[in-house]
Formats: sequence, structure tokens, C-alpha cells
Amino acid sequence: MKFRNSHAITFGIAGLMGVSSTALSAADLEFYFPVGVNAPAVATIQELTDEWAAMNPQHTVKAVYAGNYEETTTKALTAANAGQPPQVAVLLSIDLFTLIEEDVILPISDIANSDADKEWIAGFYPGFMKDAQFEGKTYAIPFQRSTPVFYYNKDAFREAGLDPEAPPASWDEMIEAGKALTVKDDNGNVTRWGTRIPTLGLGGAWLFGGLVVSKGDVLTTETGTEARIDTPATVASLEFLLELAKQEVMAPGGITWGDTPKAFLEGQTASMWTSTGNLAFIEENAEFDWGVGFLPGGDGPGAPIGGGNFYIFQETTDEEREAAMDFIRFMTSPESAARWSIATGYVAPRPDTWETPAMKAYTERLPQALVALDQLAYAEREFATFQRAKVTQYLVDAIESAVTGNAEPAAALAEAQKGADKVLGEYQ
Amino acid sequence: MSNGLNKILLSTFAAVIAALWALPFIYSVWTAFHDEKYSANFQWDAPWTIANFLEAWQAAPFSVYFFNTLILITIILIANLILCTLVAYAFVRYKFRWAGFLFALIMVQLLISPEILIVENYLTLSRVGLTDTIIGIALPYLTSAFGIFLLRQTFLTVPKSLDEAAQIEGAGAWRVLWNIYVPLAWPIYLAYSLVSISFHWNNFLWPLIVTNSPEVRPLTVGLSVFATVDSGVEWSLVNAATLMTTAPLIIAFIIFQRQFVANFMRAGIK
Amino acid sequence: MNKRLPIGLAIIMLGVPCSLLVAFTHYPAIQALINSFWNNASSRRPSRFVGVENYQALFEDDRLAQVLINSTIYALGTIPLAIGLAIGMALLVNSRLPGTTLMRLSFFMPTMLPMIAVANIWLFFYAPGIGLASQILGIFGLPSINFLGSTDTSLASMMFVAVWKEAGLFMIFYLAALQSVPTNLKDAAKLEGAGSVRIFIDVVMPLLRPTTIFVAVNALINAFRLVDHVIVMTEGGPNNSSALLLYYIYEVTFRQRDFAYGATLTVLMVIMLGILAIFQFWVLNRKAHYQ
Repeated sequence: MKFRNSHAITFGIAGLMGVSSTALSAADLEFYFPVGVNAPAVATIQELTDEWAAMNPQHTVKAVYAGNYEETTTKALTAANAGQPPQVAVLLSIDLFTLIEEDVILPISDIANSDADKEWIAGFYPGFMKDAQFEGKTYAIPFQRSTPVFYYNKDAFREAGLDPEAPPASWDEMIEAGKALTVKDDNGNVTRWGTRIPTLGLGGAWLFGGLVVSKGDVLTTETGTEARIDTPATVASLEFLLELAKQEVMAPGGITWGDTPKAFLEGQTASMWTSTGNLAFIEENAEFDWGVGFLPGGDGPGAPIGGGNFYIFQETTDEEREAAMDFIRFMTSPESAARWSIATGYVAPRPDTWETPAMKAYTERLPQALVALDQLAYAEREFATFQRAKVTQYLVDAIESAVTGNAEPAAALAEAQKGADKVLGEYQ
Repeated sequence: MSNGLNKILLSTFAAVIAALWALPFIYSVWTAFHDEKYSANFQWDAPWTIANFLEAWQAAPFSVYFFNTLILITIILIANLILCTLVAYAFVRYKFRWAGFLFALIMVQLLISPEILIVENYLTLSRVGLTDTIIGIALPYLTSAFGIFLLRQTFLTVPKSLDEAAQIEGAGAWRVLWNIYVPLAWPIYLAYSLVSISFHWNNFLWPLIVTNSPEVRPLTVGLSVFATVDSGVEWSLVNAATLMTTAPLIIAFIIFQRQFVANFMRAGIK
Repeated sequence: MNKRLPIGLAIIMLGVPCSLLVAFTHYPAIQALINSFWNNASSRRPSRFVGVENYQALFEDDRLAQVLINSTIYALGTIPLAIGLAIGMALLVNSRLPGTTLMRLSFFMPTMLPMIAVANIWLFFYAPGIGLASQILGIFGLPSINFLGSTDTSLASMMFVAVWKEAGLFMIFYLAALQSVPTNLKDAAKLEGAGSVRIFIDVVMPLLRPTTIFVAVNALINAFRLVDHVIVMTEGGPNNSSALLLYYIYEVTFRQRDFAYGATLTVLMVIMLGILAIFQFWVLNRKAHYQ
């Protein structure tokens, strides 16, 4: 993505008076997408967008990267409230209910309703469609989908006398392996932790959902009106997080999402639980032998499904909707999805993508990329309800207060359940 | 105890404090000029590079952000200088009913700054359709109570005899303002401009809420969007971007250090 | 004697600036009050008058209680610390020690940086285990501190960031005040045999009082106004331990999209600032008596 200075002037003048679109083309799409600092990811989105525009000279499309997931949703909603929504956006799958409640998105199944369309929609992995549908309608198309996976430093495993090809599969094995992996210096300070599970903020709540799934429960259901925050599975999950710190396998206190890959790359932790969307970043920067495994589970494997879907906004003309659909089809086509998946590590959302030569060559080179796909069979929907931001905050507070030692797990979760029920009571 | 020893001790102490104070910033500069793998492992002899700056510049439309910030601070500064002068002049030179009450009303903004009222100001802006525009970012800041206060204080020091002499020569209200008041307040205008520029160059929360598209984002918002952390964060890249976006202010400050400090003092003290 | 302001001039001179001011200061404050009596409408919830329901919610809001405690600690902690450091810095820079130019640069530089840049710098500085703070602690054999991930340290860490950014600016104001202290006063005190500490307390300190008042008011406003670092560094966590009132307003309104409760919190904020203003006015008046 390059920006020349001459563009700056025109952009600036447009910006001064508001972005007015010239009506020369059939449809002018504005496309919001979330992304981190990971520059190759932005560049790939921009390339794909440019290619679509080149193939469809009658349309224009402008890709706008709007910050992290939460910020992008906030931006899209404020823009929609102001009557200038993007036509199409990649937003968190869990924001489905919020977007429906704010009445800003369009059911995609309403506009893509031919038999061919239905067949196309049916071609996505059912796991990813779970949180794209509501009350029998399909509202979103999976794109930037992920599950968290267990990244581990094989060199550290060898050094600790562990089998580098057999990462821990259960919580007990995690604690055993973690004890062996933790290294202290002469002063008794830990220089390398056994593992690292982000516990703070939205990322922490996402991973927590995986722990709960592995204990055979879910945090929310497809109704969007039920939060299952206080269950035996959640209490056991939260206690597991505390146990990791107690056994000195994981650093005590809250653990941030953002620093986690960096801590892994620096060898400050021998393993980490984070999104498969970090694969490319780790591959590029790791200076050691590393592997990827399923998340260690309580009663078996389990993971939350996360990431973002394509949404089309209501305030669009027929031409824009048609163009947006075409754009989404292009972006999720096997060739495009393969490039996106290879550039980042996100799980390509359709089986046909995995059949492409590019993808085959990629998984041959980097078999770690297949783990998230295989794990999909054991994955469940991420925490999503109406008033998602407010309800999730109760869960986040409960996890954070427990891991920082300010509350007992059971009490914290019971408290969060009360708060969530109060908000969701209106919807039941 | 000898005075000389005392002085050496104090100098060492001062130097250590100053060095510690600058440490986070110096480290950030150091990181920006080195490869990512050194960002958490300081090494004296690590090779220097400007690759981070090039990559950051390519990865986001920083030239657009720079341009937006320049436009934004220009609009606000010009509006501030004109509007605050008019109000201050009216208060100093004329009497009118409820002048005291009106002045108190204006001074409310000193306490309840526009940031406090983001919720309602955002709603106002979206009602008139000015969200996601640079004008929209600027609107709440066009009149500044601080500017009015400062200029009023300054205008009050203008000798009445000068004003009267000009009137005898037949100068009208505007001539008096332009020929007598404005020239005498020149240092204050300069000081206020510096404060205003640095304030709006650095302002973040309100532009964050109001803007959506890159065409209108000022530098601070662009920087925060660039540095968000959903996937792996490269510290060296973020630090390079951070430095890049603040470089003009930093360079200007190093060059004009003495004047800057003197003017800031003037803005505060009067 | 001032002339009467002709109506035409009044419109030109006061019309535009004052209407802008009213539109973005007074009108929104009143609008917030009105909106605080309505519910948060959406496509699934029609708009309706709810009376004082939002205010009842204020009292039942545990997060808000935490936020108010944080904001109080934040204000009471940062203001004296920033002022104390600023006076110390000003004394150092004003001394005849070598290297004062570099010192002034070091102290003042953070002031020029946007809070958002400061937050990025400190985010990396604080990172447990890998940040510079941990590297330094490691040299001395100390364990790394989870600055932002522990409820014990997160607020203090944010406060220090704010002080780091602000103290340099306040130093400038003290520097100006120090330079205007008449040397003959100091000389007279010296002749009477007073040490430099005595001179500072008896002669210089009283002369710094107006500056201190000015700086304190400024610092107080900033303590409520500036939350950029909270957004970037902690998002108010962990467990709300670093959430400040304006950040909470931002989160409730724009992330959780509860505009009605956001308006209610705005009213609370305006009232609090109003009380502080009255209190300050009273203190200032009392101070004036002594002089």
C-alpha cells in the first residue's frame, strides 16, 4: 500500500468538507476492516481490494482499516448512526446481535437467495456459519476466522527433556510440562514461564471460552439472550487459570493479549495460547524451532471460534448491494482466501480453498497451519449476546478480578452472572 | 563541608535524575532505529537502521494524516486568533448589559472543556451531518475561553491614553484594534499560538470519536489505529511511527528551545 | 470611561464566538441533563421517558463506584506529585549547575509528545518480563513487575505516566516564577545568615504561591480531561482498576452504545467539576486574604 503526497492533497480537501462520492460509477463501496500493526496483512487486503476493482472498472472500492476489532465495530456503528455507514465491513462475528439490534445490517440471505447463492453459502464450514445466522437468516459471510491454538517452542521442550512432537493435550499435562519448562535464574526470578494464556480484556474472555468448551459447556447459545457465566465448567476453567499461576507455570496476575506473541518470540514463555491469525507473524520472526498444537483441554479438546465476518449494511442501493456481494464472493473465493490465509494464518472458511495448489504447497511447508482447521471439529461459538459489549464486560471483570487475586472464582462468576442476567432479562 | 564537593554531588544527582527522566523516550528512539529483535534486548553494538521508518511510512497513509493535522491546527488557530480577539476587545473597550454574566458564562469552558461533553457534542455533530469531517473536529474548539481570558488580560494593560489619542485622530473601532491593541499584544499572540498548536497536534479523544475514514484522521488517531494490537505488534515499527508523528514538534522544540520556553511562560503567567 | 457597545458591533464581535461556545459547551450540558431522563432507544426498544431511573442506576453501579474512587486517587496523587517534581526540576534547571540546557530538554520533552505517543512508549517500557523496566530490574536481580496487569500497580503506573508528561510543563511556570524572585530579597536573607533551605522556604515559597494555584487548577482539569493513555494502555483494566471517569463515559457511550447512561454520567461529571470550581474559588479567596 503506497500513498503518494499528491494524494494527500486531494484526500485532505475531500476530508475537509466530508467525503463526497462521485456518482460516475455504478457503485462506490467503502469497506471497513480491522487489523493490527501486522503490515503484510494490511497490504494483502489492499491488494485483493485493488484486484477486484480492476476486474470491475464500473465500481470503485475503498478499503479503510479502522483499528482493532472493537474500534472497527465502534466506527462502523457511529458511521451508521450518522447515516454514512460503510457498504460492507469485516466485523467481529460476536457483534452480530449488536448489529441486528442497532438495525444497521442486512440479512445476506435476503439478497443472495437464488439456488446458486444457497449452494454457495452452504459451502462454508458449518462451524463458521453458527454465529453468522440468527432466526433462520444468514447475516454474515465468514472471512477472517480463527481459533486459538497452542504455540510452543520446540527447542525449549527439548531442553526440558520433553517430547517436542507431543505438546500437552490436557490441563494436567499442561501443568506437568509447564513445571519442566519454567526456568529460574540464580536470584530465583523466573526467566522463562511454562505457558502464557492472555487473561485480560476481550482476548482473555475469548480464550476463557475455549477452556469452558473443553469442559463440555458453552458460554452462550444461538438465541443471543442467554449467558452461561456461572456453571461448573466456568468455575473449573477459572480455577485452572489460577492453578497455573499457583504452580508457577504461568506468570501471576493479569496477562495482556498484545504482548503475548512478543513474549513468546523473546523466549520469555515456552508456549502461548493465541489466535492462529498470528501464524505468519511467528513464522517470520521466530528464531527457534516451534510447533502448534490443539489447546490443552479439561475433559478433551475444545476451542472457541473467533474472528470476523463480512456484513452488508442496510443503507445501500441495489447496485451497491450487488457490488458488495460480488466483492465478498471474490474475497472468499478459493484463490483470494488462500492468499489471505497464507499471509496471516487465519483459517480459510471454505473446504475448496484448502484444495488449491497454493494452499497445498503452504500446508506442506507449514503443517502448523492445519491445526486450527482440525481443531474446528471441537470448537464452539464465542461469547455473543445482545448488548455484547456490556454483557462481555461482566465476564471480563469476573476473570480479571479472579486472576488478579481480588475475588474467588465462584463468587466472581456468580456476580457476573447476576449482572448479565439483568441486562439480558429485557430480551427474554 | 566544602562548597565545591556539594556542587559536584548536586550536579551528579541532577544529571542522574535528568537521564532517568529521559530514559523511556531515549529507549523508544533507540528501538525505532534498530531491528525488531533488539527491541526487548538492549545491545550496545546493535546495527542501526532506518528500515522501520520506511516500513511504517509505507504501511499507513501518514502523509494524509500529517496533512489533516496541519489543516486542523490551521483552521483552529486562525479561528481562535480572530474570534478571541473580537470577544476580548468587546469586553475591554466597551460596556454593555450583562457583561460580567456573559464573561462568567464564557469562562465556564475553562472548566468544562469540550472533551467532557463528548457524548452530546457527538450527537450534535451527527445531527448536522459533520461527523467524519475536519471541520467537525475543529468546531467545538473554534472559540477558546483560555484565549479570550489571555487576550482580555493583555488588552487591559493597553494604556487608555493611546486609545483616546487614536480616536482623536479619527480612527474607528477596527483601526484602533488593528493599530493599537493587536501590535501591543503580539508576544501573547505568539505564546497562545504555540500553546494552541501543541494542544491540537496532540489532541486525541474527540478526533477519535468523530472520525471514521483515513481522509480525515489526524496524526494521533492514525497512530493509534496503526498501533493496535490484535495480531503481533512490532515494537520497533510502532516506535518509529510514534517518533515520525511527533518529529516536527520535537525538532521545532530543539531548535527554538529558548523561545518556546519563554513563550510558554508568558502564556501561563499573565 | 468605556463607551456603550453598539448593537451592530456586538453582533459582529460577540455573535459568532459566543454562539459557537454556547453550542458546544452550554447546550450539550443542558442536553445531557434532558437525555439523562430518557432511556437508551434502539430498534428493539422504543424511546421512553424514564424519570430518575438512570440516576438510580448510578447508585447501583459498582463499576462507577470503582471508577470514582480511581479518579479521586488519580487526581489527589498526580497533582501534588507533578507539582513537587516540577518545583524540584525548576530549582535544578535554575541553578548554576553545568548542563542545565540538557536537563531542561529532558524534563520538557515529554510535554511536547502527544499523550497517545507517551502511552505507546510506556506500554513497551512497562511490558512485564521484556520491557526496559524489567530488563533494568533484572540487572539488579529483582523480579519483573506486572505493572499494568496487577490491580495493585495499574493505577499507579498510569498516574506516573501522566506525571511524566505533565511535570515538565509545570516546571516552565515555576521557572518563570523563580526567575522573577528579586535577588536582593535572597541576598538580604543570606546576610542575616539564612541557609539556602531556609531561604527557599521563607523567601521563595510564598512567591511561588500564585503559580502553584494556577498549576493546580490546570492539573486538576487535566486529571479529568485526559484519558488517552487509559484507552491505549489498559482499557481501564484489570478489573476496572485503572478506569477513570471520562474513559468510563467513552466506553459506556461509544463501545456499549448506551447514550442515555453516557448522558447521565456526563451530568455527574459536570456537577463534580462545578463543585470543585466553587471549592477552588473559596480557597482562592481565602488565600487572597493572607497576602
